[in-house]
Amino acid sequence: MEITKKIQGGDIRAASRLIRNLEDRIPEAKTTIKHLFPLTGRAHVIGITGSPGAGKSTLTDGLIDCFRKKGKTVGVLAVDPTSPFTGGAILGDRIRMQRHAEDPGVFVRSLATRGALGGLAKAVGDAIHVMDVLGKDIVIVETVGTGQQEVDIINHSHTVLVVLVPGMGDEIQAIKAGILEIADIFVVNKADREGSSKLSRELMAMLDMAPPSAFQGGWRPPIMKVENAFEPTGFQSALEGISDKIDEHYKHLVDKDIIGSRMRRKAVVELNEAIRASILEPVLLKLLGSGQMEGLIEKVMKKEIDPYTVAEDIAKRYLEGCL
Amino acid sequence: MYFAKEVLESSSKMRKRWEDEVKKLVSKWADQKPEAQWSTVSDLPIKRLYTPDDIKDMEFERDISYPGQYPYTRGNQVTGYRGKYWTFRMFSGMGDAATTNARWHMLLKEGQTGLSTAFDFPTLMGYDTDSPKARGECGKCGVAIDTLEDFLVLTKGVPLDKITTSMTINPPATALWAMYCAAAEIQGIPLSKIGGTIQNDMLKEFIAQKTLMCPPEPSVKLISDTVEFGTLHVPRWNTISISGYHIREAGSTAVQELAFTLRDGMEYVEDVLRRKKLDVDTFAPRLSFFFNSHIDFFEEICKMRAARRIWAKAMTERYKSKDERSWWMRFHTQTAGCSLTAQQPYNNVVRTATEALAAVLGGTQSLHTNSLDEVWCLPSDFAVQIALRTQQLIAEETGAANTIDPLAGSYFVEALTNEMEKQAWEYIHKIDDMGGMVAAIEKGFPQLEISDAAYKFQRQIDSGEKIMVGVNKYVSTEKESIPFLEIDDKIENEQIERLQAVRRKRDGKAAVKCLNDLKAACKKGENVMPYCIEAVKALCSVQEICDVYREVYGEYRDPGLY
Amino acid sequence: MADRKLRVMVAKPGLDGHDRGARVLARCFRDAGYEVIYTGCHQTPEQIVSAVVQEDVDLLGLSCLSGAHRYLYPAVTKLLKDKGVDDVTVIGGGIIPEQDFQLMYDAGLKAIFVPGATLESIITWINTNVKPRN
Repeated sequence: MEITKKIQGGDIRAASRLIRNLEDRIPEAKTTIKHLFPLTGRAHVIGITGSPGAGKSTLTDGLIDCFRKKGKTVGVLAVDPTSPFTGGAILGDRIRMQRHAEDPGVFVRSLATRGALGGLAKAVGDAIHVMDVLGKDIVIVETVGTGQQEVDIINHSHTVLVVLVPGMGDEIQAIKAGILEIADIFVVNKADREGSSKLSRELMAMLDMAPPSAFQGGWRPPIMKVENAFEPTGFQSALEGISDKIDEHYKHLVDKDIIGSRMRRKAVVELNEAIRASILEPVLLKLLGSGQMEGLIEKVMKKEIDPYTVAEDIAKRYLEGCL
Repeated sequence: MYFAKEVLESSSKMRKRWEDEVKKLVSKWADQKPEAQWSTVSDLPIKRLYTPDDIKDMEFERDISYPGQYPYTRGNQVTGYRGKYWTFRMFSGMGDAATTNARWHMLLKEGQTGLSTAFDFPTLMGYDTDSPKARGECGKCGVAIDTLEDFLVLTKGVPLDKITTSMTINPPATALWAMYCAAAEIQGIPLSKIGGTIQNDMLKEFIAQKTLMCPPEPSVKLISDTVEFGTLHVPRWNTISISGYHIREAGSTAVQELAFTLRDGMEYVEDVLRRKKLDVDTFAPRLSFFFNSHIDFFEEICKMRAARRIWAKAMTERYKSKDERSWWMRFHTQTAGCSLTAQQPYNNVVRTATEALAAVLGGTQSLHTNSLDEVWCLPSDFAVQIALRTQQLIAEETGAANTIDPLAGSYFVEALTNEMEKQAWEYIHKIDDMGGMVAAIEKGFPQLEISDAAYKFQRQIDSGEKIMVGVNKYVSTEKESIPFLEIDDKIENEQIERLQAVRRKRDGKAAVKCLNDLKAACKKGENVMPYCIEAVKALCSVQEICDVYREVYGEYRDPGLY
Repeated sequence: MADRKLRVMVAKPGLDGHDRGARVLARCFRDAGYEVIYTGCHQTPEQIVSAVVQEDVDLLGLSCLSGAHRYLYPAVTKLLKDKGVDDVTVIGGGIIPEQDFQLMYDAGLKAIFVPGATLESIITWINTNVKPRN
């Protein structure tokens, strides 16, 4: 397929165009992804998550330097939230990485969450495949980190970095929200700020309390500190430490043969997403298109029927082919 | 207690009667716009009427006082403008040094009393004209200066001991000031005799103007070097012009301009104290400020009065300064570029005039008035003359200079001054709590406040809630065309040739040695100024000096918060 | 369910750091329902064009207040052409005197917005003249 060849050949424009079509859910794009899928699996996918303001983009910008120095090519998928009011989005991560714009070994692509229905995970998951086939050694996925969708995206990664900042007040919540299970490396960013030691101690205590089974293959997530980004030398050397740790983690996955289970986790997520999209979207479309949805909504509002019974009925009719 | 009890009681009664009558009328004929929209351009709500009640808690000596007496609300100078008018100081620079020199002489001949230098973007950003980054920029928004040779052409025929010069330059300030010092030496003038200002205020670059080079820490260190050098060797020089103008132009409110500027000033004081261990009174008298004069007449006057009071309090209470010259907030003002319109440009003459008058009534020491065509291009001779005449007219014809701080005692002006001071202190304390201005900048606080204010204002213009005459009201369909000044594209090549000729003719070894000496000084933490002066005399270029800073201190990476 | 969003980029070529307009536009574009990327200041034409290609935008807005638009804007449009990017609409704003407008149009800009242009007029122009790419 022509597009496949272009992407394999490193054609950024074709790749970005394809990602656009994936975001916009153009059917042809789905066909292309089917062709690309068997060619994927080479790239090391790194997920970076953390609250807004945690400094993820600045870290990503620095990590790009580190990986480029090691001779690796880098793709970045930077995700930002769509405004629920206007449907628009400020994709504000690129500005921090724009100095790499002329480096042919770096491809930064910004995406918006575009709201609901778990569609985000699907588009980003597919975009990772595109980056992979494009030949990027490293694919960094940078998400907003505020919801379950982000946890799903992270499941597409081999190595997950969770970025926390002292004094932001939400680090404990983030830890409680299941981030512990997915973090492979904790990064305490802006560690020169007050509260940094306390945060590290809390993380350490939390890890101490975790059962050994929580650490796959014995990998206990290290806590890495990064201080003031405006002090270039110290900052860059801290980032080099993190990029080395990322490489170390990947090696650990391979050596301990855990990479298979990560691939499995990713396959499970992708399959779930794909099935959900294939079933849920057409079903909803049908219900909306045929006008049934309005009636159902009315009934649920008036408490004439509960949503669970509705869903069971729809599922039954769908499976029997008579929706 | 500012008013006697009987006055307040009487006022209260009269006020009640007035309020009742207002209520009656307004219920029949509503006001032109809702109450909330009767505000300053910065959205400070303004009452229909101000009365003794609004200032009843004031104390004369504590809050208003006298000119030249703490807290300087009424001004620093005891003789006011009768002793000396504010300096007519027109910001100017265009094309190459020779063209700018000609404009300077023209302005001096037309009665300007101080010089002010506008540099082009390559110079402002520390690049030479032949840098690939400089393509297309040479001389377009100011004068192109690459080496001391250009600077000598720029200052040809200008008696540097008789006239003060301001230079709007930030990251490369050390280099350009070094050129000025070298030029003075060549004219046989000792450094103790030259006077002027370098803007040299990096904090506001990070917040607003964005001529950026090195990260905040080393930027502030370089500024401390200039303060120290000035204190020791160039006593008549203002080594920082702590600026609010650009903060306002970036879209801030008047209170934000006031607060961020003064807090920047405090940050510099603290840095010099910490780093150079100088006594505060050795350098503070030479700190100067630079404010915007925007279109809301009274808001600007009150802002300037509040600024003097805030600075005096900060110097005495925070820094225990003992010399009252340290307590004077001396400032230059520029009328607001962002208030000018491209549509019906002759209206800009009126805007500039009212803004200039506000600055005079606010007690500015020095003033630049914008030209009517600056929304389109650099000012033409015709337009800049009107701008200069505006100041002269105000000085000689309007009577504004007759008496000091004429609006003092006005219920409105004093109340608004108090309110602006109060709100500014809230911001200042907030920034204190964040750990200071550098910390606040790292958190993106002032930048985001400014972005929010700028967006809000634009929406208000779009919706018609705020009016810009000629833009969203009283619009004409006919286009008014005015003569535009054009900077010839070919001067870029001419400047490059001049620069390359300098490089060929200079003693290359000496130049390299000077740059290496400068680099060593940077690494050792020494004061860079003496090394800069040697470097410029060896005909090192602006970029060569700045590249040393970039190498030693690293380049700033803008966190890009918007 | 296809939800074609307009992807736009706001870029500041050259050394000019006056970015009030660019930042206001970024927010405005978000509020108009676009996905907007702002490159930040101090971009070379090469950086801008590279970003345009990587982000697959429909519209590129250039902002320059230093007077260097005469060189910079045509430099950007020429580079886009050289890279075979022929389906991005380019518009410009800033301090641009009227006598330079034709030069800008000749270089390929489709519209110029000088100070005084309302946000609404810009959005209306974009909605009328630029569609999400097909």
